Amino acid sequence: MKLKLRVWRQKNNQAKGGFEVYNVEADEHMSFLEMMDVLNEELISKKKEPVAFEHDCREGICGTCNMVIDGRPHGPQKGTTVCQLHMRHYKDGDTITIEPWRVSSFPLIKDLVVDRSAYDRIIQAGGYISVNTGQAPDGNAIPIDKEVSSEAFDAATCIGCGACAAACPNGSAMLFTAAKVAHLGKLPQGKVEHKKRVQKMVGQMDKEGFGFCSNVGACEVECPKEISTENIAMLNRSYLGSMLSTND
Amino acid sequence: MTWILNLLTSSIGRKLVMSLTGLFLISFLLIHLLGNFQLLINDGGESFNTYAYFMTNNPLIKTISYGLYFFILLHAFQGLALAYTNNNRSGGKATGKYAVKTYSNGSWASKNMALLGTFILFFICIHMGDFWWKMKFGDLPMIKYDGFENEVVDLYTRVSVAFDQLWIVIVYLIGLIALCFHLIHGFGSAFQSLGLRHKKYTPLINGFGVVFSILISLGFAAIPIVHYFNN
Amino acid sequence: MSLKNNIPKGPLAEKWTNYKSKMDLVAPNNKRRIEVIVVGTGLAGASAAATLGELGYKVKAYTFHDSPRRAHSIAAQGGINAAKNYQNDGDSIWRLFYDTIKGGDYRSREANVHRLAEVSTDIIDQCVAQGVPFAREYGGLLHNRSFGGVQVSRTFYARGQTGQQLLIGAYQALSRQIANGNVTMYNRHEMLDVVKIDGKARGIITRNLLNGKIESHAAHCVVLATGGYGNVFYLSTNAMGSNVTAAWRAVKRGAYMANPCYTQIHPTCIPVSGEYQSKLTLMSESLRNDGRVWVPKSVKDAQAIQRGEKTGLDIKEEDRDYYLERRYPAFGNLVPRDVASRAAKVACDEGKGVSKTGLAVFLDFASAIQRYGKSAALSQGISDPDAGTVLKLGEKVVEEKYGNLFQMYEKITGENPYKFPMKIYPAVHYTMGGLWVDYNLQTNIPGLFALGEANFSDHGANRLGASALMQGLADGYFVIPYTIGTFLSHEIRTPMISNETPEFKAAEKEVKERIQRLANSQGNQTVESFHRRLGKIMWEYCGMSRNEEGLKKGRQMIRELRKEFYSDVYVPGSDTEYNPELEKAARVADFLEMGEVMMLDALNRNESCGGHFREEFQSQEGEAQRNDADYTYVAAWEWDDENPILHKEDLEFENVELKTRSYK
Repeated sequence: MKLKLRVWRQKNNQAKGGFEVYNVEADEHMSFLEMMDVLNEELISKKKEPVAFEHDCREGICGTCNMVIDGRPHGPQKGTTVCQLHMRHYKDGDTITIEPWRVSSFPLIKDLVVDRSAYDRIIQAGGYISVNTGQAPDGNAIPIDKEVSSEAFDAATCIGCGACAAACPNGSAMLFTAAKVAHLGKLPQGKVEHKKRVQKMVGQMDKEGFGFCSNVGACEVECPKEISTENIAMLNRSYLGSMLSTND
Repeated sequence: MTWILNLLTSSIGRKLVMSLTGLFLISFLLIHLLGNFQLLINDGGESFNTYAYFMTNNPLIKTISYGLYFFILLHAFQGLALAYTNNNRSGGKATGKYAVKTYSNGSWASKNMALLGTFILFFICIHMGDFWWKMKFGDLPMIKYDGFENEVVDLYTRVSVAFDQLWIVIVYLIGLIALCFHLIHGFGSAFQSLGLRHKKYTPLINGFGVVFSILISLGFAAIPIVHYFNN
Repeated sequence: MSLKNNIPKGPLAEKWTNYKSKMDLVAPNNKRRIEVIVVGTGLAGASAAATLGELGYKVKAYTFHDSPRRAHSIAAQGGINAAKNYQNDGDSIWRLFYDTIKGGDYRSREANVHRLAEVSTDIIDQCVAQGVPFAREYGGLLHNRSFGGVQVSRTFYARGQTGQQLLIGAYQALSRQIANGNVTMYNRHEMLDVVKIDGKARGIITRNLLNGKIESHAAHCVVLATGGYGNVFYLSTNAMGSNVTAAWRAVKRGAYMANPCYTQIHPTCIPVSGEYQSKLTLMSESLRNDGRVWVPKSVKDAQAIQRGEKTGLDIKEEDRDYYLERRYPAFGNLVPRDVASRAAKVACDEGKGVSKTGLAVFLDFASAIQRYGKSAALSQGISDPDAGTVLKLGEKVVEEKYGNLFQMYEKITGENPYKFPMKIYPAVHYTMGGLWVDYNLQTNIPGLFALGEANFSDHGANRLGASALMQGLADGYFVIPYTIGTFLSHEIRTPMISNETPEFKAAEKEVKERIQRLANSQGNQTVESFHRRLGKIMWEYCGMSRNEEGLKKGRQMIRELRKEFYSDVYVPGSDTEYNPELEKAARVADFLEMGEVMMLDALNRNESCGGHFREEFQSQEGEAQRNDADYTYVAAWEWDDENPILHKEDLEFENVELKTRSYK
């Protein structure tokens, strides 16, 4: 199939960006990124600069790939990362617009590549259980309700790709932060430092300059792991509760 | 006490303010509507005018009304400040706007709360200028009812006259449509911001919110419409 | 240099305990003055960096990714083994040890593997405490499943995303140490050289991938946890960025590459669909617990399927060959990976492949759906269910067990695996070979350690399912924190290492020249095209089956390709900016040397064992034939531009008897 791509090109953070139009010949069995590979191979063979985009595992789990395709982070397929999106969902003659994540806390590096280290810093602020290697009791010492464990798991499936903030009209990182707070806060092991964790993570999230959640719900729709905004409610509840109940 | 400041200036704390003030304003709307239904009683305005007298002279209610004005302003300005900041976090100067916008995600209302809210704020100004201002500082005629000690302002006639004009009725209807959409998102959102969410109850709350928003807007809308057609 | 494996004396089961009791320690006040570099932040690297940070060392951690959480450990699906015996099915440390030694076709070190089995139980405890949401039973206790090549259920898992959950656990532990200031994290820094001072590894040279800056980083020792080299085959289940560069740079500085020819070909991957294919996707081995592997009995039927005239459903039961069940009745579809992969290749070589390319076999869940459907109906009190009910209930059970895998399969192939049997084909997945290390995980360069897939140590010639995660975390959490002390306890008087010594300057200069040479390459072919061609050579001559003639030819072809690469590759952009093509060029350049050593090693090993199958050495039924008399050794290669030099470490088996592996 023949496709027309409108791709955002921007040399670096300071440079002015804009769309370039490319024609590319794709096969329906290709993944979206393989189609981008074809484009880049062509550009390189014409001695032009290839489109910079990030990708790694191409299995939908590492969270590296990130593009807004026709206005939707990770493209039109529900619960799918760009790397798992396949060209059979497009037809001959389609025009596809490809843009980077546009979030002020994810500064642009080049073309479609942005800096998502803000998410790392949110985790560093408290997204862990403080247990040193060797301190752990037996794995079966604390039974955990299968349902609770499963809810924690649903939150823990977050791949840290940033689609939630990219989809949010406010550029908010609430779903990301909430997913980690819920993952750890639901488990008995993580309950111990839950209150402090919530305060520290929200503090860092605010410091990074992410926008304010206004409960639009676009994050949940675009999340490739379909993480629920129920976690955001839990984050709100936990944060208010911890601010009102801790001693300091 | 810095913790209060920390709480109220944090992203979630500021949403807490929006949520609590919003819920307060929703409860006010309900009371306001129930009171105003007296405009539909066919008694020449007696019950409405005496009710209005009570509402403007009872010290407790007067105190609450100052709280109300404060909360309206807090809700409005906090909301506008949030919207201004949010706009710079995505789609602002730093990042540029997405070239392709899809509206499949999130309701239109949820993304335009600030716009709707601004509209409602203007409407409230017109509304208060029309009645509240006139009643407090204007020279509306006084009227004396049997069995009622004091002379009261004849606000009823003022309302009736106002709703005689089609353009005012239309302004009100537009204001109420904005209110309806604002409430549809705001009602459920307020609970979410407070962290009150449950698989069993949230659908009920959200469903109730939609019905409530529509009914309350229809209820308010009935007043100018009925007056317009009665005259 | 002789290869001293430094295995402690004493009975096998007591070696590790005794070692820990008697090893030299570094006191807390000294730890604060000792710097450790950890390269790579996958399971092994992140867990090592975190644990060393907890112990009080000053750690510097490096990843070429934008975040430590992206490492490819994240993609492991199936699970992690541990000898917990929670299922009361007769598991023990000895049995896990034995299964792993046997699974590795008797080409790994007894002492290392036993230590791995010992610490396996601690890993589970540690991960649970970190919040890893392992599968649980209704009573709230941990659940296990069985995996290929073993007869007990000892695999802990987290849906189909075990690697992700374990890596996030390690990443969180690492993040905590970064926040505490014990670990300094360098994202988007690719290691391009090891620096030796007076024979000891004292630092690394990195390239900042954002601006191309070449930097020197010094420390008292260097730990490499940089993964495997499966991408030498171009198409593999590895991530696009996975590479051999860090390990290979160590080899160029004198470290030995051990058993490079041991490559694991995973039997259940989604088949190749076209020339443009960039990578292969694995379907968890756990699918073989319920899926039955088959091809049509007749070539005619297979050809009809290849032409698209028939589907798997059109082949009658009696016309199907469930070849694994037929050939290996004891283990059936659960034979180890190397055996299952080779059997698929045999079937396809006979012309019985079932995709357009002829390179695929069926993995069929129809009978599992029937079986589960019937028992689900019974448990719901339906004693005489109709076919529709059975199908519906059965599909539901299968969905619960494998839903996300089925979904992934459908996303990629566009075919519904509940209706049509899945098509699978083997693909390069894991490399058992790696940097040679002793019992302390130290390479032959003092102060240079290698962990996880980057070393060669625990899997022998073949790795069993669910043991890579176990090894990565064992090395990082429970082995290196102790064994690094054997080196560092002698370094407590060494002051902080400066990164401005002549050795660093010289290495920096070399790296700069190498990068500039690549950046200035103005030939006509893309880096990708060279990589693809290298992959084809590797797969053809050093893939699932190898022979002397092919290996010799392959080696020659690689040498020619390498020459062509340096004369005709084109790298766009400059070396002072974010330039993914330049990164790729440097990695492919190293693969072009690594591939040659693999061919050489495969040629040297005149036997078939595990992932290494030499056509000359097979039984009449086509099973692998080992040569224990001559090849019970680790082949460790020292690089030389003309002829790499072989060093041997003899493997001594004092506790297990070497047998022919039989899964019949």
